[in-house]
Amino acid sequence: MSGRREGDAGAPLLEARGLTKRFGSVVANEDVSLQLRRGEVLGLLGENGAGKSTLVKMLFGLHRPDSGEIRVGGEVVRLRSPRDAIGMGIGMVHQHFQLVPVMTVAENVVLGAEPTRHRFVDRRRAAAEVQELSERFGLAVDPDAVVEDLPIGAQQRVEIIKALYRGAEILILDEPSAVLTPEETDELLRVVAELAAGGVGIVFITHKLREVMDAADRVVVLRDGRVVGEVAPGDTDEAGLAALMVGRSVVLRIDKQPARPGGTVLEIRGLEVDDDRGRRAVQGFDLEVRAGEIVGVAGVQGNGQRELAEAICGMRPRSGGCVLLREHDVTRLGARAIHDLGVAHIPEDRNKHGLVGSYSVADDLVLNRFDEPGFARWGRRERAAVRRWAEQLIIEFDVRTPGVEAPADSLSGGNQQKLIVARELSRESVLVVAAQPTRGVDVGSIEFIHRQLVAARDRGAAVLVISAELEELLAVSDRIAVMRSGCVAAMFDAGSVTSEAIGLVMGGAAGH
Amino acid sequence: MKRSWTGRPVPPNGLVAGSLLAAAFVAYGIWGFRATAVLGFAVRSSTPLALAAMCGILCERTGVINIGIEGQMLLGAFAGFFGAAAFGVVAGVAAAVVLGALVGAFLALCAVTWRVDQIIAGAVINIAAAGFTSFLYRPGRVIGSLPTWRIPLLGDLPLLGPVLFRAQPLTYLTFVVVIGLQVALFRTPWGRRTTAVGEHPGAADTVGIDVARYRYGNVVAGGALAGLAGALLSVEITGSFDRGMTAGRGFLALAIVIMGRWRPALAWAAALFFGVLSGLVNQLNFDRVFDVPPQFVAMLPYATTIVVLAIFSTRVRPPAAAGRPYP
Ligand SMILES: Nc1ncnc2c1ncn2[C@@H]1O[C@H](COP(=O)(O)OP(=O)(O)OP(=O)(O)O)[C@@H](O)[C@H]1O
Ligand SMILES: [Mg+2]
Repeated sequence: MSGRREGDAGAPLLEARGLTKRFGSVVANEDVSLQLRRGEVLGLLGENGAGKSTLVKMLFGLHRPDSGEIRVGGEVVRLRSPRDAIGMGIGMVHQHFQLVPVMTVAENVVLGAEPTRHRFVDRRRAAAEVQELSERFGLAVDPDAVVEDLPIGAQQRVEIIKALYRGAEILILDEPSAVLTPEETDELLRVVAELAAGGVGIVFITHKLREVMDAADRVVVLRDGRVVGEVAPGDTDEAGLAALMVGRSVVLRIDKQPARPGGTVLEIRGLEVDDDRGRRAVQGFDLEVRAGEIVGVAGVQGNGQRELAEAICGMRPRSGGCVLLREHDVTRLGARAIHDLGVAHIPEDRNKHGLVGSYSVADDLVLNRFDEPGFARWGRRERAAVRRWAEQLIIEFDVRTPGVEAPADSLSGGNQQKLIVARELSRESVLVVAAQPTRGVDVGSIEFIHRQLVAARDRGAAVLVISAELEELLAVSDRIAVMRSGCVAAMFDAGSVTSEAIGLVMGGAAGH
Repeated sequence: MKRSWTGRPVPPNGLVAGSLLAAAFVAYGIWGFRATAVLGFAVRSSTPLALAAMCGILCERTGVINIGIEGQMLLGAFAGFFGAAAFGVVAGVAAAVVLGALVGAFLALCAVTWRVDQIIAGAVINIAAAGFTSFLYRPGRVIGSLPTWRIPLLGDLPLLGPVLFRAQPLTYLTFVVVIGLQVALFRTPWGRRTTAVGEHPGAADTVGIDVARYRYGNVVAGGALAGLAGALLSVEITGSFDRGMTAGRGFLALAIVIMGRWRPALAWAAALFFGVLSGLVNQLNFDRVFDVPPQFVAMLPYATTIVVLAIFSTRVRPPAAAGRPYP
């Protein structure tokens, strides 16, 4: 790609000097400086809302800095759009993937830079180039597969290939592992190491400290938009990193009282549910969750977990079997009716089912009870009451926002998640269904959310936690069900099981 | 069903074209010249629908819903007729195209730059077009009709000759536009980027595609085609202009876009379906097989639309970003 500069050899590949970015009154980045060298993996850590995404969006031309400068190969560059950044050899894999679902892998990779023959897209060459990159870097993808049919991990490989196809020498990964399974994450870390060995400079944002310890050569920590530290992973440990991020020491493991289970709240018998494409995703699923206990659901992603959660909450038609809530048959009820029976739901896809991005934080916080007497009178919203309630919640759940009137989609990813958790767990409920409750959330807040789940349990709610993180399940659950091919493959007592034993069943070893 | 390079399963164009052709020849074998008459009518009456549907496809595939096609067609018919009456046919058609494009630019301005609700913007266009054309309408002008061009050799084919290759100029132009768009949308960089902009503008933006520019370009081009469709109606088919002469064809075109799954060739087949339907009823009427009032015949396409949409619209998937401003 033309336009790339070859600056002097000693200069860093990419350098930020004194970058500042404000959104209205919020200072998202203040005087941030960092350097990225060739062949280096730079870990970028920070709490939710610390300004990580904002920083890398500036480096990719999606935001313009208010002040400060960006240098590529030692020369000052002005990045007015992603096009400029791509021209400088910068590639980015976004926190939310930027792929066209109905197009094929090859089409997505070449989009905007298509190889042509006689002014037509040269499909064969496109597929060949994808194949070549895929083999060279060990990123297994099928060029002719349609993106929406691919699991998340494969979609991410497509994103990486997309950046490499454009000749990226600088690769920015914004929370690449948030949506991956542990196996997929290991695979990703292997690819990252390989790319770095080939001379690519990589910026790696994550909330998972283990990954930083494993993969990064250097770690920069942001807090409240400022760089508060730079360390080599060898000089510290996970607890040290956590403390640097949050500014206090973090308990990475919560301690909780043993469960005192009561009567059965949720009973599922022979449940059958179809996925979006009409294939049976959940079949013959049996489970019982009692009041005052937390049941975790483990499993390799795509074994029906999402469909299970949506079916319980009435968001997806149930094709067979039955769901009983405190002995009432709720199999045929819709989402609203089930919600009214006291079921809280933290959905897996927060942008689609979790909140209304254009609503204010306050309105999103009362979405599940806007029509209750305290918040509405004569069909009119009680603005003052909603506001007071919201202000109390954002303090209690530490949602970082400039105010309760800010639109929800201006919050950082992790703070959006905390908003949903705050809304769902602040209402008294008999059953809590939490799917990936801490996705994209920083260590300090993970600890907090886990405590809230345990608190809900101790108030007598039945809690069902579905998570791709075994560690999370081991930390909060009382019992762990392993889901495979749409049904429960094994049930463990969380106190006495190891992650290896669970992993074996997840992977396909006999569990019954 | 194959899974095309571009995603969802669709019947291959060759198969659709082949079965249509086979059906036509079977009909010809059984009913002879009557089949020729019906199909000829079908092709003639479906061309304005097909062209208007191309406008809908261009707009929606970049993510802009255009319900103002009806108004654009009406303005095109108006400008085409009075332009032709005053300055000749070529000037008339050119005026129709330019006016359609200008209205397209207005829609793009509303939808892309001002972020107005696209349905409202389209409705405004329809209302303004109806008012404007009836206000300025003056009866009593006449224009000569366009010549029929007979393509050598092809024009002598049985059935296909009279149906496809003894037509008027704008009809041929429609064939070229439909086939050209079909190829361009699926095979050229422009077409793939257009699709990306309508499905996931964020993805397009982050690879350096200028979303606004694509939306403007395609909505303006679509407007030009809708204007041309109007001219086809007034200058080529009827040789006259009447108030409200488009009679809902712009809306019918939207239904055709859906039936055609946002694909030019399939949409053309859908337009032909409506054409055959009207042609058939006309012919049966003419032969006194049964006697229905002409109003009933005129109603048929619209009634069928309701039925067809009720069946189709839940099974097809529009471009994901259609109707949504970006960013
Ligand atoms: N478009 C925007 N408009 C207004 N404020 C914004 C916008 N984008 C980000 N912010 C604010 O800037 C701050 C930093 O957000 P950013 O998304 O960079 O955080 P982050 O470090 O990526 O957090 P997370 O780990 O949760 O993704 C937050 O306070 C956020 O509310
Ligand atoms: Mg972020």
